[in-house]
Amino acid sequence: MFKIFQYTLFDLLRSRWTLGYLGFYLALTSALAFLSGDTSKVVISLMNVVLILCPLVASMLGAMYYYNSREFIELLLAQPLRRTHIFWGQYFGVALSLSLSVLLGVGIPLAAYGIWASGEIWNFFVLLLDGVLLSFIFSGLAFWIALRHENRIKGFGLAILAWLFFAVIYDGLVLLLLMEFRDYPLEAASICLALCNPIDLSRILILLKLDISALMGYTGAVFRQFLGSHWGMALSLGALLLWLTTPALMVRRIAQRKDF
Amino acid sequence: MYQKLMWGIALGLAWWGRVQAATLEVCAQCPWQSVRQAVEAAAPGDVVRVRPGGYKEHSIQINKKLVLQGTGFPVLEGNDLEEILIITADSVRVEGFELRRAGKSQLKDQAAIRVRKARYFVIQQNRIVDAYFGIYLEHSSHGLVEGNVLLGTATHEASAGNAIHGWYGRHLEISSNYIKGHRDGVYLEFVDSSLVVNNISEYNVRYGLHYMFSNDDQYVCNVFRSNGAGVAVMFSKRIQMRENRFERNWGTTAYGLLLKEIYDADIQDNHFLYNTVGIFLEGATRISYQRNEFQYNGWAVQMTGGCLDNHFTRNNFLANTLDLVVNSRVNNNTFNGNYWSEYTGYDLNRDGTGDVPHRPVKLFSYILAQSPESIVLLRSFFIDLLNFSEKVSPALTPQDVADYSPSMSKIS
Repeated sequence: MFKIFQYTLFDLLRSRWTLGYLGFYLALTSALAFLSGDTSKVVISLMNVVLILCPLVASMLGAMYYYNSREFIELLLAQPLRRTHIFWGQYFGVALSLSLSVLLGVGIPLAAYGIWASGEIWNFFVLLLDGVLLSFIFSGLAFWIALRHENRIKGFGLAILAWLFFAVIYDGLVLLLLMEFRDYPLEAASICLALCNPIDLSRILILLKLDISALMGYTGAVFRQFLGSHWGMALSLGALLLWLTTPALMVRRIAQRKDF
Repeated sequence: MYQKLMWGIALGLAWWGRVQAATLEVCAQCPWQSVRQAVEAAAPGDVVRVRPGGYKEHSIQINKKLVLQGTGFPVLEGNDLEEILIITADSVRVEGFELRRAGKSQLKDQAAIRVRKARYFVIQQNRIVDAYFGIYLEHSSHGLVEGNVLLGTATHEASAGNAIHGWYGRHLEISSNYIKGHRDGVYLEFVDSSLVVNNISEYNVRYGLHYMFSNDDQYVCNVFRSNGAGVAVMFSKRIQMRENRFERNWGTTAYGLLLKEIYDADIQDNHFLYNTVGIFLEGATRISYQRNEFQYNGWAVQMTGGCLDNHFTRNNFLANTLDLVVNSRVNNNTFNGNYWSEYTGYDLNRDGTGDVPHRPVKLFSYILAQSPESIVLLRSFFIDLLNFSEKVSPALTPQDVADYSPSMSKIS
C-alpha cells in the first residue's frame, strides 16, 4: 500500500493542479494577512474560503484522479496486490497531497506574518485542521462516487452535486426546517443536524472559539452544555472522525466487491 | 490690649487642646483591649489606633467625630448576626481594618460597615471578607470610599447583598476599590452627583455597577469583568460613562452595559470586549456614544423598544458577531463616522470616508430573533448569501439604519 500511496503522492505533487492549488492558497493568504492587518478578520475570510473551496477541490480532484488513472488501476489489479491497498493507497495519496497544499499554502504566509505571536493561534490551528479533514472527507466521497459510476460525466456531476448539497443546500434546508418548526424545542435537533454535515461541523469548530460571546447568548441548556464546555469540541471532533472513516471504509467495501 | 491678649491666649489654648487630640491605643497589652470600649471612651476628635490582632466585636457605634485607624490590618470579627461598625456622626474616618463574619440575614440588610445619616466620612484601605452588604451608605453624603477590597462568595441573587450600597446620598466618591463576588458590585439608588472611579468589579452575580433613580453621576476608568452584567443604568438622568472597560460578561442575559429608561447620558471612550451583548438599550433616549470600541462581542449594540435620539459617532466596531440589532422600524437614531470592520465599500475620493453607506443590521439577526436555534448556521455560506441579497435590496431590515459616512480606517 505504501508504494502505491507514495507513487500517487509524488505523481500529484508534481502535477500542475496541485501546484496551482498551493499557489492559490499562498497568494490568497498572503494578500489577506499582509493587506488587512486585522488577524480576526483574516480568520473569518480564510474560514469562508477553506470551508467552500477545500471540499470543492477535493471532490473534483478525487473524482478526476480516479478516472484519469483508470488504466493504471487496471494494470495494478492484474498484479498480486490487495485491492484495499491499491485504492486506499491512491485515496490517501490524493487526500494527503491536497492537505499538504492547504497546510503549506495557508501555514507558510501566516507563519511569515507572525501568527505565533498573536492571540489567534488556536483559531488558525483549527482552521488548518478543518482544511485537512475536509480534504480527506470529500476526496474520499469523490473516490467512492467515482468507483460507483463508470460514466465519468455522471461521476463528476454527482461529486459536484454532493459538494453543492453539503456546502449550500443543506444549510438552506436546515434553516427552512428550523423556521418551520420554531414552535418546538429544537436545540438537540439543530445540533444533530449540524453534526450530520462535515462542512457545518468544521465551521462550528471554529465558531466555538471565534464567536463564543454570541453563542453563549442562547438560552437553552443543551446548547449551553454543548457550547460552554469541552464537550462541544470533543463531540464535533468525534463526529468529524466518524466522517473521516466512513468514506474510507466505503471505498474499501466497494473496491473489494466491484467487478472491473 | 490686655483683653485682646487674654483672648489670644484663650484661643491659643483652645487650638492647642484641639491638636492635642488624644490617641487611644488598642491591643492585647494596651490600656484598651476592646475597640468598642476605646471608641466609647474617646472624646470627639480623638484617634483610636488599633494594633494588629484579632478582635471579636460587633455593633461598634461611632457617634462622634473620630479617626478609627488600624495598623497592620487588625481583624474585627463579628458574630455572624450583627453589623460590625455603625457610623452615625459626621467626619468619621475608618481605615486599615479587616472585617470578617459580619451579620448575614434574609430579613435585615446587614452590613459590615454602615454609615447612617453622616457626612464627610472617609472609609479607606479596609478589607471586607464575605459580608452580606459590605459598606452600606444610608442617607449619607460628601463621603469617600477608597481603596477597599471587598470579597464575597455570593452564588444567588436572592441570598446576597451588594458590596458598596448607596441609598439616598449626594457627592459620594467611590474610588480604587476591588470588588468581587457580591450581588451588585456597587449599587446606587437615589444617589446624585457622585463619582465612581478606578474600581475593579468582577465576578458579581448581578451587576458590576448599578444605578437606580440616580442623576448627574459619573463613572470613569473602571473595569467590569465577568459579571452577570457589567453595568446597569436604570431610570436615571445625565449619567456620564467614560473610559471604562466592560469585559467577558457572558450569558443569556449578560450585557456589558444595560441601559433602561435613561435620558441624556454620555458614553465615551469605553471598551467593550467579549461580551454577549455590548450595550443593551431599552427606552434609552438622547444618548451620545463617542469613540467607544466594540470588539469580539456577540452583539455590539442591541436596541429594543422606544430608543430615540441615540447618536453614535466615531466608534469602532471590530469583529463582533453582529454589530447592531434594531427591533423597531421607526428609527431616528444616527450613526456617523464610525469604523465598521465589516464595511465592504470603497473610498474613491480618498477623504477617509466610505462612499457607500454601511447598513449594520443584517438579515440574520432577524432570523435569529425568530428562531434562536439557527445560531448553528452562523457564518455559513448560505447565511452569507442571504445577508448579501438583503443588503443589495433591503426588504426586512430597516432601510434608514445606516452609517452614511463610515470611516475607512480604525479610529484611534
